[in-house]
Amino acid sequence: MKIVKIIAVVLLVAFVGIQFVPTERNQSDVVPKTDFMLVNSVPDHIKSKLQTSCYDCHSNNTQYPWYNKVQPIAWFLEDHIKEGKAELNFNEWDSLSNRRKKSKLRSIIKQIENDEMPLDSYTLIHREASFSEAEKQELIQWVERLKDSI
Amino acid sequence: MKNLKMSIAAMLLLTLSFTNAQEKEKMNHDHSTMKMDHSKMMSMNNDAKAEAILNDYFNLKDALVADDTKKAAQEGSKLAASLKAFDASKYTAEEQKELADIIEDATEHAEHIAKSEMSHQREHFKTLSKDISDLIAITGTKSTLYEQFCPMYDGGSSWLSTSDQVRNPYYGSKMLKCGKVKKTIN
Repeated sequence: MKIVKIIAVVLLVAFVGIQFVPTERNQSDVVPKTDFMLVNSVPDHIKSKLQTSCYDCHSNNTQYPWYNKVQPIAWFLEDHIKEGKAELNFNEWDSLSNRRKKSKLRSIIKQIENDEMPLDSYTLIHREASFSEAEKQELIQWVERLKDSI
Repeated sequence: MKNLKMSIAAMLLLTLSFTNAQEKEKMNHDHSTMKMDHSKMMSMNNDAKAEAILNDYFNLKDALVADDTKKAAQEGSKLAASLKAFDASKYTAEEQKELADIIEDATEHAEHIAKSEMSHQREHFKTLSKDISDLIAITGTKSTLYEQFCPMYDGGSSWLSTSDQVRNPYYGSKMLKCGKVKKTIN
């Protein structure tokens, strides 16, 4: 019994302790001129879908959920956002060459087609971020058209 | 008497083979000068670093043909390394810009291939193949290449090969010989 108590105390101390480790916040008030929405004419419904489903990890501005402030969840999120932005940052879209844009659009199509994006761990909490079959098809077709226009 | 006959025969044979050898040597010589001229012509356009990239690309392609994910991943990271080692300094400013763009894109695809499973590797291989053909359109290459095309994979996809025999990297053993030669380069 005593041992259980000791373990519980140690865990509690560790949990409180890691709360003081700072994490980088991905937040910005400025939307750069190179943003995907600013340089492409994106229909409203697609715009809002991209915002809710993609922008949290693929732009400079994340809408953080409250539990983000709790470690170790914050670390997990930080990692995902870093990786997501390295792959694709919608805010910096227009700084890419045409070749790179096409390449990225092709990857976007494949990721959505194969249900790899948005991540399951993300849609689990952000229910509104998941795609219905119809939304998927609509988005893919729109992205295809954009790709062919470049 | 028997001995004399034998030695005459031996002499004859020797003379024959000697003249034959001389002729062969002459032919060889002609051939080698021809070859030299040929390689000299090509060397103007020869970029060893571009050849290294091509070589890695073909190894990657062969791994995909063989349905070997692990090998393809290894070849992908090798290719990423040779892409990064490419030196564009001897090209014109305009070519350099284009080359930098191609290299950046191709490197990303090669890096993804290095860490993905087969179906992803093949997706990236498609765009990578386009990058590599655009690359050699600028750098040139000393070997004869075949641009091959499979109409079935992802609405039609191309790749490069050193052989005119079709071995499909997008399907591997599933449809090994699906496709055709679309273009011969060099």
